Amino acid sequence: MKNKNQLVHKIKITFSQNWLYYIMVLPGLIYLLINSYLPMFGIIIAFKKMDFSKGIFGSEWNGLNNFRFLFATNDAWIITRNTIAYSIIFFIVGTFMAILFAVCLNEVTNKISAKLYQTISLLPYLMSWVIVSYLAFAFLSSESGFINKSILPILGIDSISWYHEKDYWPFILTFVSTWKGVGYSMILYYSNILGINQDYFEAAKIDGASKLRQIRYITLPLLKPTVITLLILNLGSIFRSDFGLFYQVTKNSGPLYPYTRTIDVYIYQALMKNADYGMSSAASVCQSIIGFVLIISANKFLRKYQASSALF
Amino acid sequence: MKSREYRYTQIFANTICFIIILSAILPFIMLIIASFTDNDWAAANGFTYFPGKWSMDAYSYIIKQWDIIGHAYLMTIIVTLLGTSISITITTLFAYGISKPNVPGMKVVSFILIFAMLFNGGLVSTYYCYAKIWNIKDTIWALIFPGLLMSGFNVILVRNYFTNNIPASLEEAARIDGANALYIFGSIVMPLSKPVLATIGLMTALVYWNDWANGLYYLTARGGSQYNTIQIILNNINNDIQALAQVMTSNDSGFSTDIKMPSTTIRMAIAVFGILPILVLYPFFQRYFVKGITFGGVKE
Repeated sequence: MKNKNQLVHKIKITFSQNWLYYIMVLPGLIYLLINSYLPMFGIIIAFKKMDFSKGIFGSEWNGLNNFRFLFATNDAWIITRNTIAYSIIFFIVGTFMAILFAVCLNEVTNKISAKLYQTISLLPYLMSWVIVSYLAFAFLSSESGFINKSILPILGIDSISWYHEKDYWPFILTFVSTWKGVGYSMILYYSNILGINQDYFEAAKIDGASKLRQIRYITLPLLKPTVITLLILNLGSIFRSDFGLFYQVTKNSGPLYPYTRTIDVYIYQALMKNADYGMSSAASVCQSIIGFVLIISANKFLRKYQASSALF
Repeated sequence: MKSREYRYTQIFANTICFIIILSAILPFIMLIIASFTDNDWAAANGFTYFPGKWSMDAYSYIIKQWDIIGHAYLMTIIVTLLGTSISITITTLFAYGISKPNVPGMKVVSFILIFAMLFNGGLVSTYYCYAKIWNIKDTIWALIFPGLLMSGFNVILVRNYFTNNIPASLEEAARIDGANALYIFGSIVMPLSKPVLATIGLMTALVYWNDWANGLYYLTARGGSQYNTIQIILNNINNDIQALAQVMTSNDSGFSTDIKMPSTTIRMAIAVFGILPILVLYPFFQRYFVKGITFGGVKE
């Protein structure tokens, strides 16, 4: 009894000292509850025969049938393959370009040019995917695109119906993804390079090391931890794709699906176009859970490998 | 005397950088020139960097239709301002709370945030909650709330700034003088945090300005919503064209003639309106974006 009173008293004191802090985090907590935690319970939709008019609790249970149907389709394999393959390709090409750009930018001695390069290269990053789809359309449109009307005739090649021929899209998407992201990831590596102790380079210069050797033996090895951190984080989100890129830039064109439909596009379509809640929620739950497991493992791995860059 | 190696390095480095920024900027130049190209000329010869016939028709059409485009513009601005100000308020308050790990319970609050960053219910159940429980469809809140209002990364960015850059002694002194937490937050912490506020403010504003996905999910009223922003209008035009293409391929030509689409040059001109504020304002705010990336990048 006495202990309980003491506890109550202690809680009262803590609260009276700190209640303002609790009030301050309250709006954020409510938002997290609405935006993140409530939908987590919505995962049970994947195990229901969902009927929106009956609501979640009114709908019948459906066991694992939604998942069974999903994995019985050919789509399940294609969207998984596309999502993973693009994640890997984008990372490799994007990282290569970003490091090349960062190393080159670091060599530019003219301060004004360097500033200009950095500023302009970030511009695509600031654009929405809708805008990017308009930019791409100006080049790729069959009837009035720059490539079909101006470039291909010079080369003597027939017009290509870009939005109907899927074979080109792995390259187009890789280009667009790199185009949009290179300014951003370059800054990560560039700020890293700027942080390298200049003594290393001075010493190398005195030893007569060429620029190329300095980059090979000083700059690149010192960028390795950042690359590895980003690689692991990327592996953690390998089952996610940028919906905007695959939905907008492809103009959601049907003939391209075999190479352009990723998990996120599939979920959107099954939900909004076909109202197929079973399939879409099954796919979306798989993505969430695998994503969660991967990011946790990635973080565990990071902690072991280089604790300073672990996420939490 | 500059060495030969120095000169070669400069040429090589500048060439690579130049190619990259050229490919970054050329599509934008194309878009702008396309919007000033005569529509018939573009239809015959395609978009080029040197059109044979210039025209302001696309813009005079937009000016004529200003009640639609202007309204969308106004909505974009309202959504951006409203979203950004609510977002900054709850983000900084929340970040200040969790920057005090000694306050009992704040570790749990931090965990609640981190867990929400790592795990989510996915699109289907999020959509269900917003559409069916909160009835957010076809309201302005559909553009403010889902997903965008408080980014976990921004919270951590601000919390780290509070922990590293606000001297604890300053807050302690104020507390001894009898100031409460809210007062300290408002009159000491916030004024000292202008750089990080500018950074997250700009990044949040950009996210709201550019958002089209919430419109795609939640503004589905037939005949278009009064809350359509520029980005949503641009996205809707894309969708209408796809719908049109489907009708045409299904050979029901009776339908297709009824749907009137803005010409390609007009679409390009609307897109130019969508990016104009970013192009104009970005050079002034560039350093805040760079700061946001380097703060929030790899290392937390």
